[in-house]
This record gives sequence, C-alpha cells and structure tokens, in this order.
Amino acid sequence: MTILVIAEHTNAALAPATLNTVAAAAKIGGDIHVLVAGQNVAAVAEAAAKIAGVSKVLVADNAAYAHQLPENVAPLVAALVQEAGGKGYSHILAAATSNGKNILPRVAAQLDVDQISEIIAVESADTFKRPIYAGNAIATVQSSAAVKVITVRSTGFDPVAGEGGSAAVEAVSGPADAGKSAFVGEELAKSDRPELTAAKIVVSGGRGMQNGDNFKHLYALADKLGAAVGASRAAVDAGFVPNDMQVGQTGKIVAPQLYIAVGISGAIQHLAGMKDSKVIVAINKDEEAPIFQVADYGLVADLFEAVPELESKL
Amino acid sequence: MKILVAIKRVVDYNVKVRVKADNSGVDLANVKMSMNPFCEIAVEEAVRLKEKGVATEIVVVTIGPGTAQEQLRTALALGADRAILVESADELNSLAVAKLLKAVVDKEQPQLVILGKQAIDSDNNQTGQMLGALTGYAQGTFASKVIVAGDKVNVTREIDGGLQTVALNLPAIVTTDLRLNEPRYASLPNIMKAKKKPLETVTPDALGVSTASTVKTLKVEAPAARSAGIKVKSVAELVEKLKNEAKVI
Repeated sequence: MTILVIAEHTNAALAPATLNTVAAAAKIGGDIHVLVAGQNVAAVAEAAAKIAGVSKVLVADNAAYAHQLPENVAPLVAALVQEAGGKGYSHILAAATSNGKNILPRVAAQLDVDQISEIIAVESADTFKRPIYAGNAIATVQSSAAVKVITVRSTGFDPVAGEGGSAAVEAVSGPADAGKSAFVGEELAKSDRPELTAAKIVVSGGRGMQNGDNFKHLYALADKLGAAVGASRAAVDAGFVPNDMQVGQTGKIVAPQLYIAVGISGAIQHLAGMKDSKVIVAINKDEEAPIFQVADYGLVADLFEAVPELESKL
Repeated sequence: MKILVAIKRVVDYNVKVRVKADNSGVDLANVKMSMNPFCEIAVEEAVRLKEKGVATEIVVVTIGPGTAQEQLRTALALGADRAILVESADELNSLAVAKLLKAVVDKEQPQLVILGKQAIDSDNNQTGQMLGALTGYAQGTFASKVIVAGDKVNVTREIDGGLQTVALNLPAIVTTDLRLNEPRYASLPNIMKAKKKPLETVTPDALGVSTASTVKTLKVEAPAARSAGIKVKSVAELVEKLKNEAKVI
C-alpha cells in the first residue's frame, strides 16, 4: 500500500496541518509519499523530506500550481494516481483546510470514487470515523473504493515530527494550465498571535463583546497567555472581527488545551468547532447559556469586569 | 444567462439531532426539515443576479424524496422560475448527487451553477467540486462575493488566512459561504404564486445515472459526552483552578 499525502503549504513554507495528515497516513500504514505542488517550492520540498515516516517527496514545480487552483492541481493528482498503474496509490490524503476541501473532491470525481471528508480516527485501512450533523453524531464508514480519497481533520491526529526523516525528492510534471481559471489577488489577515488551529490556548469572543473595539480586552488577555483569538459566528456576522477568526461548523475547528469562551452562548454550530478542547472555560453573564453545559469551569459574570481582572491576575 | 441552483432538504439547523438506539443512524422521524442554510444563500444569490439583469432564468433542482418538493416550492417563492425534482428515496453520496446534477446540467446548459458549500447533515463539502470535475467547469468554492463580467465570473473566496479572488471562465460553478448574502423571506403572495410555477419530476434511471456507492456507514454513535463542569465564584478561583487543578496555564 502506498499513500499519497498532498502537502499544505504557502509556496514558501510547509503548513503544520501536513504533519497531522501524515500522522493519519501513518495510522493507515504503508509507504507515505508527499506531493508538493506549487511554484518555487524547493524549501517546502526540503521541509517535507524531513517529515518522520515519509519515504518520497514528489515535487511539481510549475506556475500553473502556484495558487493551488483546483482546475490545475486536481488533474495533476489524478494523473499521478493513474500513471502509477500497478503499484498505484491506495489512499490519497489531504488536510481538511480550505485548500484540501477545494481540491480533493475534484480529484475524487476525476477518479470516479467517493470521498470521505474530515476523518477524526482511523479504524483500519478502509474504515474511518467522521463527525456528521455538526459533530452531534460520529459515523463509522467503510470504503470499498480502489483508491480511498480522504480529507483529515487536523485536530483528530497528533502531528508527527517534522524533523528526522530523509525522504528522496523527485520532480514530477503534470498537465499544463487548464486555462479555465486565474488567480486575481488575495487579502490575508495579519496577526502576530499563533495560528488559530495550532494554538495551545484560544480565547474567543461572541455577540456579548458588543462591538469590535471591545475585542481589545481579549487581545490583551490572549497576549498574556500566548493565545490565539477566535470568535463565534454571531461576532463575525455582526462585523466585530474578520471571518477567518470564526470557530464553528462553518469556520475553523480547534482543539486546544484551553478554550476560553467569552460572551458566547454556545450554539450547536459553535460547539461543533471547539468541543474537543481539553479544558473549556466559559465567561457569560447569562447563567442559563448552553455553553455552561460543556464548560469545565464556568464563571457567571459581566465579561467587561471579569476579563480585565483575569488578565491582571495572570 | 440561465442559472441552475442545487438545493437540499435537511434537518432544520435548530434541531438537536439524536442518534438512534440501534446505531443505524440519526432519528429523523417527526423532526422539522428545511432548506439547507447554504442552499438558501445560493438561491438568494441567483435571485439577486436576476434582479441585476445578469440572469434571465433560474432553475432550481433537488435530489431527494418526494417531500423535497416543499423546499423546491420555497425556492420558487423566493424567486426561482421553475423546479426539477430528481426523485430518489435513497440517501445518496456526493458523487452520485454530482453525477445526477451533471445530467441536469447537460440538459439545461446553464452558464452558472450555484450550490451551498456544504450540507449541514452530512457535512461533506464535496458536491460542487465533484460537479466541477465531471462537467470540466471551473469552480469558485466558499464564495463571499460573486461578480459576473462578460464571459467571466470573479469570485472572492473565504480561505484559511483571509480572502482570495479568482476569475473563472463561464460556464462555472460557485459554492456559497455564509457571508455571501443574507437570504430574504418568502412573502405570502409569492408563496401562493409559487404553487403555480412549473415543477418537473424525473428519476435517476431516466437520467441514465447509476447511484451505486463504494462507501457504507457501519454505525452512527453519539459523541463522547463531556463530564459536567463546575461553576466558579470569582476570577481568583478560576485562575487558581486553571493553574492547580487543570494545569493548563
């Protein structure tokens, strides 16, 4: 069995989610190859070759793959699987990031196989667990497809070591630019704090923050804790903060050591994004708020008094 | 241009679902069903494009049981012109749905196909992308802004670090994210008028599509419950607990 893991990267650096995906591949068992598709990705390929447990790194360096447009990357992946022929790939894995979710179903349909999304556990080489209904149920699914196409929820797997491996690096080429789509531009939110999905501590604010300006209290607390700052959908929809801060079924899924929910009621859609956190703290003035049903420690208090006090006591 | 919008009938997002005692699935008997929230956004976007004069006709399609007619009528009341129900009692996987939609696309020849980014029951986030592969059209997933300009559509997408804009050749596929728009409500006169709009029913067999799947669900369980927590009385007590009991700070 050989597993192909599609690397998540920014062309300049390998994203940590790749290490969680390789961890899932290691649980399935077999040879692990990593595909780095992008432009000027030598540094990423080098980093991928050092991942523990990876036996080969395939590098597709082409302007067509620079922005990971699915119209160009999916045919590349499908071609790699088809060309491998007899010793072909049994599994194709990608992280369930916006890139992975964008590209992989297109690969699956090109190969005419079903896809299994956002697995959180590997039972065997063909059986996996995944959450459905916003995490309110866990399905165990079995695939009889010749090639199993799977996205991996990063928080379900502890990352493998990013050092110590010495995989061979091999250049591959694939189909040229399909000419159907073009990258126009991007607008990335800038932040000095840790990345939300990788942070050990997350402080999140909800509608109870009242406005965007009040998030400064959370930023101050987060800086003291070395935490990332998240938000509920209500806070994002109200325009308090940008949407890449959203934690929930339709935003980011986090599972930090400590999750502090401030002024968040605890709607199903939010809980789906954070209820696997190790310790959950809720600060809310409504003692009936559903968030207290999942919180390990709950404090019924006005957040505008409690948060500054918490910050000063740390 | 003609726009095709695919919608899905799902359990209402406010319902807290329960897993069946025999672990065969989720109990959907007698629970409220609605149009998937991302699909509502897709319908709304199509209607806005029609109001701007970009679209001339909106065809709404769903694949599901006969009862999914209710959701099609809702879409018609919101402004869609006609509806297609591909009637199938089985719960279909995304690939089968994408193949059925491909057959509808071949027949209808829309310039733009709009879907929600994911259904809130299966949480798959696959169908739009799969339809992209099957039709060969470009895809603009997780869209927060859609601008049709000539023979291209510019789609601003929500990505992990922020926003990305891509230009897609038409015909193209767009999947909607939450912030694309705020769906309107259907007015009573429009609900009445929707009852007279055409609704065609076809079967997967008539479309010549096999809906066999390689994935089967072995069991469905409730997630592990969290043990009940405690309420602390003060910030000082909270800090003390986090430091000494939970040892997370």
